[in-house]
Amino acid sequence: MALDQRMVAAEERYLASVNGGAPKKWRIPPASHLGWTYVVLGLGAVMMLFPFAWQVLTSFKTLDEAIRVPIVIWPAEWQFENYGRALTAIPFFDMLNNSVVSVVVRSFFQVLLCSLAGYAFAVLRFPFKNLLFIALLAIMMVPRELYLLPQTEILKVFGWLNTVPGLIAPGIVSAFGVFLMRQFFLSMPSSLVEAAKIDGASHLRIWFSIMLPLARPGISALIIFTALFSWNELLWPLLVNSDADKLNLSAGLSTLSGDTLTDFPLMMAGAVMAQLPMIIAFLILQKSFIQGIAFTGTK
Amino acid sequence: MSQLALATSPRSVAERGDVAPNSPGRTHTARRREAVTGFLFILPLFATVSLFMFYPIIRNTYLSFTETGVFGGETWTGLDQYIRLVQDPQMWMAIRNTGLYALIGLLGIPLALIIAGLLNRPGLRFKSLFRVIYFLPVVVMPVAIGMIWRLLFNDDYGIINSILNTIGLSSVQWLSDPVAVIFAIGFVAVWSTLGFNVVLMLAGLQAVPRDVIEAAVLDGAGPIRQFFSVTVPIISPTVFMVSVLTVISSLQIFDLVFIMIGRNSPAIDDSQTIVYYFYEQGVVLLDRGYAAAIVTILLILTMIVTAIQFRLQKRWVHYGS
Repeated sequence: MALDQRMVAAEERYLASVNGGAPKKWRIPPASHLGWTYVVLGLGAVMMLFPFAWQVLTSFKTLDEAIRVPIVIWPAEWQFENYGRALTAIPFFDMLNNSVVSVVVRSFFQVLLCSLAGYAFAVLRFPFKNLLFIALLAIMMVPRELYLLPQTEILKVFGWLNTVPGLIAPGIVSAFGVFLMRQFFLSMPSSLVEAAKIDGASHLRIWFSIMLPLARPGISALIIFTALFSWNELLWPLLVNSDADKLNLSAGLSTLSGDTLTDFPLMMAGAVMAQLPMIIAFLILQKSFIQGIAFTGTK
Repeated sequence: MSQLALATSPRSVAERGDVAPNSPGRTHTARRREAVTGFLFILPLFATVSLFMFYPIIRNTYLSFTETGVFGGETWTGLDQYIRLVQDPQMWMAIRNTGLYALIGLLGIPLALIIAGLLNRPGLRFKSLFRVIYFLPVVVMPVAIGMIWRLLFNDDYGIINSILNTIGLSSVQWLSDPVAVIFAIGFVAVWSTLGFNVVLMLAGLQAVPRDVIEAAVLDGAGPIRQFFSVTVPIISPTVFMVSVLTVISSLQIFDLVFIMIGRNSPAIDDSQTIVYYFYEQGVVLLDRGYAAAIVTILLILTMIVTAIQFRLQKRWVHYGS
């Protein structure tokens, strides 16, 4: 860059600092500078979307079209009945119901238990506080597969093997949730708690009426994580439940994938329906999803 | 996020510990009441966590020193299961495969960094549209993703092989060749977590102070130089954290192997992971003692990664003041 250009830039920067905002042309380079950026991002976007497009196309093909060589791109006749077949090949609506109930029940308990504990760790003083918190942190490093076999033994004692409560139960708490909620409560001004205490509010009251409403971004991040985890969970449902109508959608869908004969149009139609609710939720709540991930990543 | 919030809020709850001991509400009974409240608040959580996590860790460790009987009971056999593990070539393959998936996952880190860098360029249009597209696979269940890629990678009628044939290359047996299968599964794992990593990297990039970049521009650094010499060192903590998350989640790959390969495939030994082998032994073959030992190895590997993380963090990563 030539010296005079640099000086112009420096002057604009000075002016910007005086005027409180940079001139527009300095901040935003002309779109032509971004040509390659669009090309690379566009190619990447095609890579991300193509598999889903192929999935939808295949879900409307006949089995013969799906496995023909050379490749058939468009179905000769759109086979809507693949979707009907997928709904009856597995007890789809029972599984959908189990998935939805799992998400709702787990989210409720996660928010309740983790925010109560998070409040205690952030605000209250009690003996062994640090020790107990470190114990929770240590759990975050343990792969969850370690719990699975003993958890099935515990549910057997409860008589919850092969039941929907058994499917749900172990996911109602997480150390991660406590950590997340504690971080949110820690970031709030302590004057709030002090003022409420002077007004005679109990901690239960302060937690519920003051802190929880303020921690809404944290709560939504926790719910999104719980929902994604529950909706997509595979190994635990396979371990604890064997009846098809007691599985969640994710594990239920996996039963469509045979080892020898693979009816791809059927699998694709089932998968489209199983993944759609979460995709719709994501498109509606994109901001919360992406913020939630970003929050937890930068903890 | 919390670090930022802590730094910006003038007086946060965290500083309450410094309140003078003779201030109101710090009397003996008040302190005792606060402690009781604290225990009551954490009680429901700790009861549940003890039942579903603390106890299972102990129980799983015990199980790994036992042999499971035909009718489910267990007898103490000391280190037998671990000796069996060491002599089991399938377990060594599972460890090798898991390590290879983690390596391929790390190769995806620069990719995520570059995409995040491009998305962060000032003046870019359709930014949120791009972000949604890249993030999409993160919200799709891995079972569905495995099914889709199993079709795309199909040896005989998959579109990837037909594209290869069209441009004059020969087909690859993606899901049965011992080498190709590692690449296929590793690739799908990178593809499906790319958006997650991009979002984390973007969050890091957006925290880079504007004036640092402007100073680099004034010094005549082009956009590429700017990115690699100025931006990347500043966000190295984020890059490091994303790498650690990637390795730890790669250690737990199960779903893709379960859906894309399956236990009846001849390629299962060449592609299975530690967690898949745990499933095979513990759930399919009901050998719970052995399965417990297998996941204990997973725990040890995770702890090693975490220990390495703590050591490297001090040496490599540049943290700002």
